[in-house]
Amino acid sequence: MTTDLIDVHAPAIEVQGLVKTFGENEVLKGIDLTVTAGEVVCVIGPSGSGKSTLLRSVNLLEEPTGGTIRIEGIDITDPDTDIDRVRTRIGMVFQSFNLFPHMTVLGNLTIAQRRVKKRSKVEAERIAHEMLSRVGLAQKAGAYPGHLSGGQQQRVAIARALCMNPDMMLFDEPTSALDPELVDEVLQVMRALADEGMTMLVVTHEMGFAREVGSRLIFMDGGNIVEEGDPREVLANPQHQRTKDFLSKVL
Amino acid sequence: MALKRTTKSRIYRYTVYAVLIALVIWAAVSADWGRLGALFFNPQIAVKMFPAIITTALVNTLWFTVVAFAGGLLLGVLLALMKLSSIGPFRWIATVWIELFRGLPALLTIFGVAFIVPIAVGVPGKDLGGPVVLGLIGLVLVASAYMAETIRAGIQAVPKGQTEASRSLGMSPLKTTFWIIVPQGFRIIIPPLTNEFVLLLKDTSLLFVAGTFIWSKELTTFARDATTQNTNATPLIMAAILYLIVTIPLTRFTAWLERRMARAR
Repeated sequence: MTTDLIDVHAPAIEVQGLVKTFGENEVLKGIDLTVTAGEVVCVIGPSGSGKSTLLRSVNLLEEPTGGTIRIEGIDITDPDTDIDRVRTRIGMVFQSFNLFPHMTVLGNLTIAQRRVKKRSKVEAERIAHEMLSRVGLAQKAGAYPGHLSGGQQQRVAIARALCMNPDMMLFDEPTSALDPELVDEVLQVMRALADEGMTMLVVTHEMGFAREVGSRLIFMDGGNIVEEGDPREVLANPQHQRTKDFLSKVL
Repeated sequence: MALKRTTKSRIYRYTVYAVLIALVIWAAVSADWGRLGALFFNPQIAVKMFPAIITTALVNTLWFTVVAFAGGLLLGVLLALMKLSSIGPFRWIATVWIELFRGLPALLTIFGVAFIVPIAVGVPGKDLGGPVVLGLIGLVLVASAYMAETIRAGIQAVPKGQTEASRSLGMSPLKTTFWIIVPQGFRIIIPPLTNEFVLLLKDTSLLFVAGTFIWSKELTTFARDATTQNTNATPLIMAAILYLIVTIPLTRFTAWLERRMARAR
């Protein structure tokens, strides 16, 4: 199995010539993207630009139509790759949280540890409590997701992903479904993760976060990467007309 | 004369009540109570039915229902998963199965299993478990087809994001189905499943076509036979009351569950 051979020198994420079509609609038109370990790459762009599809392709929630995606050197577009195994190294956070409503917070955080990583109940719960403290929700272990605020749910979702000890985290518009006053608590958790050196790929509309936390900013439009570079530079001094148009609307 | 809307609706309501009460009184006065009482509510015959109508007939009805429900549920889950499978032949088999047993009257399915199958496989019915087992198998087939559709709807009502979140954590499709999707789907379908239980309870009255023994009579067969023997229909009325004693609490329970779930959302 190729999945056992992790190349430590390989980039965390390496996307080459990624094409994705839905029927007639070409959503991604040949994306090349490399994320090295420790980078925080933010992706911005208008809706329909393909940024979420790109992110979801990185852990194969979307099946690419063409091109290759390598995670730490492993080609996940190869049908022989054990995708479940690779996914344990990629944490995913969704816009709509997607917590399991029939389980407590603790259940949400331990289910995959137990069923995938085969950790003991005691070990899984210890790690779960540790991750809950990290996102500031240590006292919420016994609560059901339905009784938490949106911001708390999203922090639980981040903790759930962290419990698998991923090497990288993907965020798909993590604050877009939140009431404005709840956005900050989630961004703070993400900022702390970035400060600890987590590799992150973040699709977001939070330009402040991109500027202050991002190590690189990518602007996508029409299924292409239009412009990328240092976030401060791209935001202050966009080179491309489409980038200028977009930023003038959102800033 | 301009009446207020509330006044108008009150007058309308009282008129409806008055008409209904008049109809009930007319029915009560015009009915031949003497004949009705003698034929359908005869206390001497009612007493003779005990205890067998409870210890044999009602107990059998409940047993058959529980067995058919459990068997139908197991098969129904399998069929629902097959119908949602990405593997073509699984889907086709499940579709044919569901359409066949939903499309046929339950009576014919039970008859078919009890009499056609033994001849088709060349083994006498009594070596295949006898009329009770064969009849129950027929009822399980019927139940599985109805429940498969209910369960499929329940599974599909679980948002796609649940699958995506589970798969993103490295859970396999099988683990995702078992730990995430099915438990949530079942919460959604508890009310329709309770309904299915009530329907099955009544369908046990069709088991007689497979053949019965004295000990295997359920409520309807027991009451019909007793009616013939006594040339008096009191046992049928007793059976009806016993059915209602079981089914009404169940349907009330379903209504309560539905109200509770509506509040939870």
